[in-house]
Amino acid sequence: MRLPNLLPPLYRPTPQQPGLEPRPPFPPLPATAPGLPSAPVVFQPGQPVGFFTDTTLCIGCKACEVACNQWNQLPAWHGGQNTLSGNSYDNTRQLDGTHWRHVKFIEQFDGDRRSTGRWLLMSDVCKHCVQAGCLEVCPTGAIIRTEFDTVVIQADACNGCRYCVTACPFDVIEINPVTNTAQKCTLCYDRLQVGLTPACAQACPTASIQFGPIQELRRRADQRVAELRAQNVPAYIYGDESMLGGLNAFFLLVDKPEVYGLPSNPRLPSRNQLPSWLWSGLSAVVVGLIGLLSFRKRRMDDLAAARPAGREQAPGPQPGPGKGVPQ
Amino acid sequence: MYAGSLADADCIVIQGSNMAECHPVAFRWVMQAKLRGAKVIHVDPRFTRTSAVADIYAPIRAGSDIAFLGGLIRYMIEEKKYFHDYVVNYTNAATIINEEFRDTEDNDGVFSGLMEYTGDPINGFRAVYDNRTWQYARAPVGDQGRTAATAQSGEQPITSGPPGGEQTAPPKGPPYDALVQGLVPPPAQTDPTLQHPRCVFQIVRRHFARYTPEMVERVTGCPKEIFLQVAETLAANSGPDRTSSFCYAVAWTQHTYGVQMIGAAALLQLLLGNIGRPGGGIMALRGHATIQGSTDIPTLYHSIQGYMPAPSALRPHDTLEDYLKAETLGTGWWANTPKYMVSYLKSMYGDAATPENDFGYDWHPKITGDHSHMPMMVLMAEGKVQGMFCMGQNPATSLNGRLQRLALSKLKWLVVKDNFETETAAFWYASPEVKSGEWRPQDIQTEVFLFPSAQIAEMEGCFTNTQRLVQFHEKAVDPPGDCRSDAWFTHQLALRLKRLYANSTLPRDQGFRNLVWDYDYDPGQYPTDTRIQGEPDLRKVHREWQGFDSRTKQLVAGFTDLKDDGSTTCASWIYSGILTPDGQLRAASRQPDPENQPGSNLGWGFAWPANRRILYNRASARPDGQPWSERKRWVWWDAAQGRWVGHDVPDFPLTKAPDTPARPGATGLDAHSGADPFIMKADGKGWLFTPTGMVDGPLPTHYEAAESPILNPLYKQQNNPVHKYWDHPANQLAAPGDPRFPYVITTYRLTEHHLSGVMSRWLPWLAQLQPELFIELSPELAKEKGIQNLDWVQVSTPRGTIKAKALVTGRLRPLQVDGKTLHQVGMPWHWGYMGLVTGEVTNDLSALVADPNVSIHEGKTFVCNVEKA
Repeated sequence: MRLPNLLPPLYRPTPQQPGLEPRPPFPPLPATAPGLPSAPVVFQPGQPVGFFTDTTLCIGCKACEVACNQWNQLPAWHGGQNTLSGNSYDNTRQLDGTHWRHVKFIEQFDGDRRSTGRWLLMSDVCKHCVQAGCLEVCPTGAIIRTEFDTVVIQADACNGCRYCVTACPFDVIEINPVTNTAQKCTLCYDRLQVGLTPACAQACPTASIQFGPIQELRRRADQRVAELRAQNVPAYIYGDESMLGGLNAFFLLVDKPEVYGLPSNPRLPSRNQLPSWLWSGLSAVVVGLIGLLSFRKRRMDDLAAARPAGREQAPGPQPGPGKGVPQ
Repeated sequence: MYAGSLADADCIVIQGSNMAECHPVAFRWVMQAKLRGAKVIHVDPRFTRTSAVADIYAPIRAGSDIAFLGGLIRYMIEEKKYFHDYVVNYTNAATIINEEFRDTEDNDGVFSGLMEYTGDPINGFRAVYDNRTWQYARAPVGDQGRTAATAQSGEQPITSGPPGGEQTAPPKGPPYDALVQGLVPPPAQTDPTLQHPRCVFQIVRRHFARYTPEMVERVTGCPKEIFLQVAETLAANSGPDRTSSFCYAVAWTQHTYGVQMIGAAALLQLLLGNIGRPGGGIMALRGHATIQGSTDIPTLYHSIQGYMPAPSALRPHDTLEDYLKAETLGTGWWANTPKYMVSYLKSMYGDAATPENDFGYDWHPKITGDHSHMPMMVLMAEGKVQGMFCMGQNPATSLNGRLQRLALSKLKWLVVKDNFETETAAFWYASPEVKSGEWRPQDIQTEVFLFPSAQIAEMEGCFTNTQRLVQFHEKAVDPPGDCRSDAWFTHQLALRLKRLYANSTLPRDQGFRNLVWDYDYDPGQYPTDTRIQGEPDLRKVHREWQGFDSRTKQLVAGFTDLKDDGSTTCASWIYSGILTPDGQLRAASRQPDPENQPGSNLGWGFAWPANRRILYNRASARPDGQPWSERKRWVWWDAAQGRWVGHDVPDFPLTKAPDTPARPGATGLDAHSGADPFIMKADGKGWLFTPTGMVDGPLPTHYEAAESPILNPLYKQQNNPVHKYWDHPANQLAAPGDPRFPYVITTYRLTEHHLSGVMSRWLPWLAQLQPELFIELSPELAKEKGIQNLDWVQVSTPRGTIKAKALVTGRLRPLQVDGKTLHQVGMPWHWGYMGLVTGEVTNDLSALVADPNVSIHEGKTFVCNVEKA
């Protein structure tokens, strides 16, 4: 059977079927609901961007982890031959140099089974703090703040000193064993530079991870909190402006931060500067005093040694040198 | 329904599925609905990632879903929560049933017509139903026509009487109009007041009367308060103004009564008026890429393209006329069967198919019984199958794995075409039986051919997803080395077989000789940007789907153009319409509706039939053609234009007015009125009661699984009386309540892996997320058995014993069932003995028992014992 008329090319857009009305818009989303994650995000360099992670929408699928690993080519542990952690479905265990997204699984079930229980799911990530501890302590200047107000470690300038590892109040940073440099989420700096959404937010099927300009995200987050509170859900934002100047990756939580393994009051390394300065000053005074006293004691000892034996020294404060005690 | 329509729902019940974990992408629509204020309900034995985001979680015993749904049906009827106008006008509630029908209520839990099975034991039956007494009351008592294609296993005896009205022998076709006319049954008796004791509504009411909330709690273990909360939420979100959806997946199908579970949901949704409307319906979530496509263009043994039954040696299918008489419905859309069948035969045999030779019907293979996976493997284990092709399948880790590996070892040759060396390809040297020393590789005579397969980005082609949406995907790069696409492999195999048979004069080979296989690229057309030679031209396959004039080869516009005289050729009528008149592939189209207005997205891909997104969408309008409510507007009658309009392709004759009366005695859709939305059904109604199509009863009934820890609390009948079982020494079952196997076990998938792991356990980024096999058990059971988290645990059933690590979690809970504390455990089945991460084969525990309608196994509930290893 020969076919006449050579076949047309496969790919040409198909027009809408004639005779059908375009569907009218959906009943508008409640004013408080966030838009679709696929909505094109408009952002410019110089405009702060970040993540709003709404944990009430997370289904724990780990697509964010896989998308992150793939885009950033982060190696799997032992070529994938991991072991079962036994901690719910969390076999990733932590954020570190090769895990830049980490989905946490928190099981809350009563021993007596009186309530249904709850399984809290949360995709954790670097917070891209406005006041970033890692950036503060980095001795080589490898850690920079980008034109998107995100915090990025430049691998080629990092010497692996680990100062940032201890300085991060969220335990986000670790050494990548392949590069031997400190690494963490870059908020897909390379993707941002060409106008793409970060890989994790792109992969998230349920809009739990939302990417965009911070102001817009904070507006959405506030609305979502109000909506959930109206339903008696104790939702709140973790990482507003009161926390380290604001976390550019912030979270909507429904339980105490500690439940999610987050500090309730994260502090910068520089928080210690004033008290340290004061303590140092005080220490200097104390050391000085002790020194003075020591000199005085030696002098007194010398004087005592010069006296005839058998004479008791009177109790009380040691007199200073030159101020002789009346005999 | 289509997944995007879930966003329109006011309540979504997910039961028989762990949708968030196994269908995370479609689940976005559930979350969209939730953001709009919809209630999400999850009914499941385990608290899963779906339960984590649900508004209501209802725990139940695995396999007790019909009791739960039956409770909901009873609640809607007794509390008068059903959608009265919808039920009276659009369902068969008013139809009166044959007076000889006996329900399970009067018959110790079985329906009238049960009889012993005397056919070939390989079909798995011990008993079957004669459905003659289940028919509509009419004079004379006649057949409703053929059963649904999905029920055409072919191995059923012929139980239906001759079609009503067949008094004179119609002339041999084509045309087959007279044949179809002869199949029109006399009208059925009805009682629109729904008061007649034998009307469907009253039968349904009596059938479910015993499914009280207390009984639901006793059978399912779901606390009564939670059950009532589900019932009230569902009722409050159904009606003219609101719609509710159901989502299910293989946790409803993989039972010995799985089809009846889905039937129960369909019955409930019809009562609530939730079918054919935006945000309503039943979402059948599929488990593989294009598994929907594999039933449309079937790889199934029992149906041919477009849901027509495969010609069978066990049915009156001797000639084309016999086949058409047995499988055509006189009324409703299936009156078109002769057009689709003849066009299909033309596609198979081309110019060789003529009216004189019945369009080559005699060349078409006929099935001789149940040729599905389980009986095939049993036959293989008996040494009666010589060779096997495995493409995208891994039977060595499949149900009753030991029996399957035993079967593989009896083959002469085995072809595995896959991405990696799977457990199936390596069974002869790496299986547990070889490692334990029971088998020696040198004793296994199976010759294994491993063909490397191209991955998805290395080939082009169409996927049909769960919502019947056909989407074409492009090829990104050439596959490496010898890896080839499935299309290449099949095409090349067919070409070689054609050459092999080319000179045969044996009558049995004439079909293969006359088979049209012309998918080679035309000269000069082969793509130049690839080093792979020998791929078929998929555009020619698309033309076969679309259909064309047999003589001029001009494309037809759609399946309404097909003829029963051989003048048209069409491989699969349901896919007709996939090409535009100028031959563009609609499946490659990517025009979404505007952002933030998720709609029917008619410009995105092609949804069969006719690019329709919601089936039976005439039901979204009242009988007079106007929408039930402004809020749920979808398709309606525009009197000024004199046609049906709306946001979707209307599933109704476009210009048939709502007040068109039915024409008694007419064929096809003329027999329906303008207010009969269910056009595929002979009577145009949604069926609460299914006189034909289900081989295990016209109404869903709670039975216990083939293996259960308790006796059926509802009826004397313990199991589905007609379920399938294959007797084999390696396939023993535990008796009901066997104290050696006191726990219910359910098996499932995780988000992190795919099926037997062939597409995930070899990939480091996925393997590390769930590296080891585990068994989930409740803290209560763990304490009772002295098992700590991460301890090794030994799990045993009558088929086998395997080891897994314990994952002790509060997400599993003991239930109070029939007055006793019942423990359930759960195991994912992604592991095997090959790959980056390995583990024992969970399916070594499961049995070959099956649903009688579709021959799917019971992997979702059986019994086991658990001990610390």
